[in-house]
Amino acid sequence: MTDIKTVMWKEWLDIRRRRGSRMKTFLTVVVPFAMFALWLPWEAGVAWLNGVPSMLACFALPLMIAMVTIPDSFAGERERNTLPTLLASRLPDSAILYGKAAFTIILAWAATVIVLVAALVTYNLVHWDGQLAFYSSRVLIGDLSLSLIVAAMSVGAGVLISLRSATVQEAAQTLAAALLVPPALLGPVIAIVSTAKPEWGPKQLLAGADPNLVLLVFNGTLAFVALVLLGLAKARFQRSKLILR
Amino acid sequence: MQYAIRIKDFTREFGTVRAVAGLSLDVPSGIVFGFLGPNGAGKTTTIQLLLGLLEPSAGRASVLGFDTRNEADEIRARTGALLEHTGLYEHLTAEENLEFYGRIYRVPASERVARIKDLLGRMGLWERRGDRVWTWSRGMKQKLALARALLHRPPLVFLDEPTAGLDVVAATEVRSELAALTADAGTTVFLTTHNMTEAERLCSRVAVIKGGELVAIGHPDELRAGSGARVEIVGDGFAETILEKLRSQTGVVEVDLLNERLVIDLAGDVDTAPLVTLLVSSGARVQEVRRGTASLEEVFLTLMNEGEE
Repeated sequence: MTDIKTVMWKEWLDIRRRRGSRMKTFLTVVVPFAMFALWLPWEAGVAWLNGVPSMLACFALPLMIAMVTIPDSFAGERERNTLPTLLASRLPDSAILYGKAAFTIILAWAATVIVLVAALVTYNLVHWDGQLAFYSSRVLIGDLSLSLIVAAMSVGAGVLISLRSATVQEAAQTLAAALLVPPALLGPVIAIVSTAKPEWGPKQLLAGADPNLVLLVFNGTLAFVALVLLGLAKARFQRSKLILR
Repeated sequence: MQYAIRIKDFTREFGTVRAVAGLSLDVPSGIVFGFLGPNGAGKTTTIQLLLGLLEPSAGRASVLGFDTRNEADEIRARTGALLEHTGLYEHLTAEENLEFYGRIYRVPASERVARIKDLLGRMGLWERRGDRVWTWSRGMKQKLALARALLHRPPLVFLDEPTAGLDVVAATEVRSELAALTADAGTTVFLTTHNMTEAERLCSRVAVIKGGELVAIGHPDELRAGSGARVEIVGDGFAETILEKLRSQTGVVEVDLLNERLVIDLAGDVDTAPLVTLLVSSGARVQEVRRGTASLEEVFLTLMNEGEE
């Protein structure tokens, strides 16, 4: 655990010290915050507290943060020639891997929690009706668990890709394709299936289903994928394969 | 004698390329051991194999008594390394870089602070400890990387060309820091270099590899002595016929005329006097005769050229 904390401490230092461009800061911090903490709760109204919009934020935000930070985990160390020295140190494989993964998961999750709190403030300021409004317990638990699971899933995929990428750019592009293409294809696939076999459409399948159960199955599926990806990353973390030639 | 490193028939192949081929050698504890070879000779690969960062295709090695195949964690816990690149986090400060590696090696907090101060102070870097490393010169970075490798007082340090690419002043500084820091602690140093001056100054034993194979090993003086002697003769009248006569003498390896200086390379302990007599009797005028052993660089070049002519 001490070793994992050491790696996380370095990652934290690294992210604070690294100078990104203003555009990158704008795109990774300002835009998501403005969108999910200001615009969406403003526009969605009470639906923000009870329904899909906040879940959308809790899905998209950790994904975006992971997509920006995790490609750097190993590909960045490799690109900056710091990886061989790190691998030559006494740090166990698990400490390097889980230290980097845990840091990004916590970062993505913490950012989502901050956005949820900020969005609540926005909602109450804009839609004030005389008493303080709060998320329903189902939405809050769903949001917090979903953001944690999405963070773990995207970090698992990111680490797996970053381990074998020669550059950060290569890792970022591959990860973006891996994370964004499946959801982008899902819409058309559902539309085609719904047309061809209306009884297989999501509306029919979910009609009358318990929303808590739907959320549980959805989160459970993503959690399973996250665990598989992190397990694969651990299995593929071999010092002898990380020194690329 | 205690050995820090023992290598037996070490081989590493990358596809069809043999980077290290049947390497066998022992490195005694407490010395600076020079591992010499040209670029691509297999020096870096050997270090990576010894640290367990690569697996050998064949052969075995033990480092500080631990097997590189299945006890690499123990090896890495007890060694320091300055590899091909400094491996410094350039946007962190010097102090933060050392702090990170101090934590990695579990150096207690109070000792860590004192050790960082001591190392940076001795290397003349203390005043710049708060600067981000990317603002530093290459020589300063190399010294910092050396400090990082020695931070946890390892009994064995691997240094992969620590002065490569440095100017003369910076290289001399790094060399003297290295000599002072390792001599104090009795650390074993496995130093790869293709700088023969460095090897001659620092190493009490050297091994030369070429194409992944060991071609010579011993004390630098032994290697120089084993390669014969060099005689320089100043004078004139060194006609080509005379040079031919010299070349036909037993023990004469090579004869060259360089700026009116006759340079004769001799194999083993050949007597110089008959050669001078031969020159004088053939009509040459001899003003001065100097006899010495070849430098390590000359030995190295000879070894590198063997089998290629």
